[in-house]
Amino acid sequence: MAVDKKFAGYLCTGCGIGERLDAKQLTMVATREGKMASCKSHPMLCSAEGVQLIRDDVAAGNATHVMIAACSRRAKMEAFNFTDIAMSRANLREGVIWLRPEGDEHQETTQEMADDYVRMACAEVRFMTVPSGSGEQSLNRNLLVVGNGVTAMASALEAAKAGYGVHLVCDEGVLGGVYKDLYKRVPFRAAPPGVSNARTAPLPQPEEPGIAEMIAEVQANPRISVHLNAKVTKTSGAPGRFSADISTESGGTVTENIGAIVQATDYKPYDAKRLPEFAYGKTPDVVTNFEMEKLAKAANGGPLKRPSDGKEVKAVAFIQCAGQRSEQEGHLPYCSGFCCTESIKQAMYFKAQNPDCDATVLFDDLRTPGAAGEDFYRAGQQAQVTFSKGKASEVVVEGGKLTVKFKDLILNEDTAMECDLVVLATGQVPNTGPDPYAQLAVDEAPTEEEKEAARRALAVAPPSILNLDYRQGTDLPQLKHGFVDSHFICFPYETRRTGIYAAGPVRRPMDMKQAIDDAAGATLKAIQAAENAALGAGAHPRVGDLSYPTFRKEGCTQCKRCTVECPFGAINEDEQKYPQFNEARCRRCGTCMGACPVRVISFENYSIETVGQQIKAVDVPDEFSEKPRLLVLACENDAYPALDMAAQAGGSTISPFARVIPVRCLGSVNLNWITDALNSGYDGIILMGCRRDDDYQCHFVRGSKMAAERLSKVGDTLQQLRLETERVVVYEVAITDVQRVPLLINDMAATVEKIGMSPFKF
Amino acid sequence: MSDLNTAMIERYRTNFLKEVEANVEEGEWVKMCMQCGVCSGSCPLGKFWAHPPQEIFMMIRAGKREEVLSSDSMWMCTSCYNCIVRCPRELPITHIMHGLASYAKRLGLVAANQPTAKFAQLFWNNLMKKGRVNELKLGLALYFMNGFGEGIKIALKKQKLGMNMMKTGRMNPMEILGGHAVKDLSGFQKVIQKAQELEDARIAKHGA
Repeated sequence: MAVDKKFAGYLCTGCGIGERLDAKQLTMVATREGKMASCKSHPMLCSAEGVQLIRDDVAAGNATHVMIAACSRRAKMEAFNFTDIAMSRANLREGVIWLRPEGDEHQETTQEMADDYVRMACAEVRFMTVPSGSGEQSLNRNLLVVGNGVTAMASALEAAKAGYGVHLVCDEGVLGGVYKDLYKRVPFRAAPPGVSNARTAPLPQPEEPGIAEMIAEVQANPRISVHLNAKVTKTSGAPGRFSADISTESGGTVTENIGAIVQATDYKPYDAKRLPEFAYGKTPDVVTNFEMEKLAKAANGGPLKRPSDGKEVKAVAFIQCAGQRSEQEGHLPYCSGFCCTESIKQAMYFKAQNPDCDATVLFDDLRTPGAAGEDFYRAGQQAQVTFSKGKASEVVVEGGKLTVKFKDLILNEDTAMECDLVVLATGQVPNTGPDPYAQLAVDEAPTEEEKEAARRALAVAPPSILNLDYRQGTDLPQLKHGFVDSHFICFPYETRRTGIYAAGPVRRPMDMKQAIDDAAGATLKAIQAAENAALGAGAHPRVGDLSYPTFRKEGCTQCKRCTVECPFGAINEDEQKYPQFNEARCRRCGTCMGACPVRVISFENYSIETVGQQIKAVDVPDEFSEKPRLLVLACENDAYPALDMAAQAGGSTISPFARVIPVRCLGSVNLNWITDALNSGYDGIILMGCRRDDDYQCHFVRGSKMAAERLSKVGDTLQQLRLETERVVVYEVAITDVQRVPLLINDMAATVEKIGMSPFKF
Repeated sequence: MSDLNTAMIERYRTNFLKEVEANVEEGEWVKMCMQCGVCSGSCPLGKFWAHPPQEIFMMIRAGKREEVLSSDSMWMCTSCYNCIVRCPRELPITHIMHGLASYAKRLGLVAANQPTAKFAQLFWNNLMKKGRVNELKLGLALYFMNGFGEGIKIALKKQKLGMNMMKTGRMNPMEILGGHAVKDLSGFQKVIQKAQELEDARIAKHGA
């Protein structure tokens, strides 16, 4: 392979590069130091003519490895889109001229900066190979959808509409899930535009639930196989080639080949027995919102009667946030986001049947998410449902009468109301399997107290849902409160298991309409995953990336760090205890590469060498030159684009001594690069990754956290080298930190000026 | 307690909201309040009210009949219309406030010395005579609103103001002798009579 490498450099002199920089000098650097066989210049390389110049060389067999010195690798991607060659880009436009002030006094250092970027890009491309994909699998147009309810049914129907086959696994005897007893549903649509705010305006009313129709549609669809009373007892493989064992209660097991998986197991109703203060369980006249639906369904439009004595309800109180939005032990700390509209709907049942029935909703904050939300609230007010801002503290049962004690939060007084029936608006508990990292949490808890808490959580873990045959546990990892990890804004549906998507209330609390919409989103992501897997290409966020990690077996010490640290559980172990990379499960973040202490893991176009050689390629002047060198390793997802944007916006300048290298994720940063850089005389190192921990923005979820953990130990290395600890800093950077990123770099320049140059220059 | 008030208590028993809907001008809107509090925050005199509009609406729904109707809050409204402009639910709050005041007066629940109520009555009586307000007479009536002695005191205090107004032709002392009327006084009276009939019919419909 190596003998076939033909290196060619191309320099663009457009966009001011030619005026600001010495093109002749750059060409010389590329050919003499960068070892490019040639380096052609073009006044506008991204034009059709310029691109053709490169294509001609490629076609003539003169270029297999191309170095383009022009704009940022994030610019002109459509023009410089060559799939059949290896390519590196020296960022002279955003990286140099747009971040440096003009003027003769700056010319020398600016030119040196550009020279270095050309050296770095040449070094990078010399150690790259063309990614070719593994060709491990073919297209499998079948989805596995796990769940009983509307989310799962909606997902199955969406997949079928897209031409995919579906295995729908339902662990009950009938479909419908938590909503099968629904009498009416909250309306799906807001009032049409133009409906006024008038108190008599026609507003959306409770609708027929539509569950039976949905079940019929699922059952009639030839593309959907419904497995009732069934469980997934084993899932193995990877996107495009999952194998799922579906076992029924009667003992039969079928094994199906699956392209991708949607987990839509919805939620379990909160156990109201944990609310003795509201007399739940003491009298049948205190019911949950779920039981209320059953009462309404039984009455079917007739008088609503209370369970204890069958007396018609004349006054009903709804207690919102029952066991929710509370830090109290056993309560849910979050808002379930569906109970306010449910209570409005149920209060309207009473008003529709008997306008003289007093229906009071005791709320703290009435939250009505969803399209119809606010209009539906107004519909409830039109029907004369009484909404009282109040916090219920107790329900007292006395001789068949219920008294709700509450604090009126508007009038600021403790008061009480009598009623015949109390409805508790209880919340959603995600229906997920055990947290795969629960054992790890026990092992890694810093204090005995936390260890005990982690142990308790492990002891009450629910049974597995997916039974993944992964080294990293049987189910989807969780983030907070047992919800499946799924970034709520930037990348919903994505979980930490590639090819398995979470839809509906398993990933965050939501109402029925949102769950149905969510199902469509997750299903489309699942289909994308299956299609990408067939091409051997990566899924979000490196969609289409054909490279995947491989390791040099003879160098591997079986330390297992890669298998533990992979955020996506992509790496299993083979019989000989060597890591086994499942390329289709891989997101190409390189966290394994950063973890490997013996540096045997690499990608074809991204490796310890491609970055390490860039670090080495930089010209480091001696200690007395007053020209320090700052290495910036910037995450390509947020920090590097932020720096590009700072350049594009203009007005920002950075120190001419900084050399920025984009990395796929801070998690891919191997400590070896840091020690190498320090040893070769860099004066300061800045690492920029995404926000980590609970409200993370890391595109690979755990990458920046892993990096932070590893780098917390870099202080020891610095002390061993007798260097100041300020020389290495790690920052969390968001893509919006456009003004901050240049300042961070300049801060380091100031620090180096203060503490002096590194003594490690040769 | 007036007979009417007793009758109303009997008729609506616990449901004060329904009573307000039936009897108070624009009272049907009260249920649409969403308790955001923008009205209370917008009211320039809000801090002088015992209960700002948001609270009044909440009290109506909580069935606090006596407290609402005997409150002086709605009498404090100066009709600046800030609340109406700002209410996200577009409730005619100012009108509801005046409706509540008017209903409280009909029921005889207004405190004996409520100054706004007294002024309103004097204004109305003055207006009815000639179809226009006789400012001289209205001014004097206000001076003597709280008794003869006090009236003299105020009149002496305001003497200079009165003289200046006369000098600049802003006030005609001859107006004390009856004063001038609108062009078509009998027409005006017919209009008022018709309005009264309509209002009586509306009230009769709700049994009060």
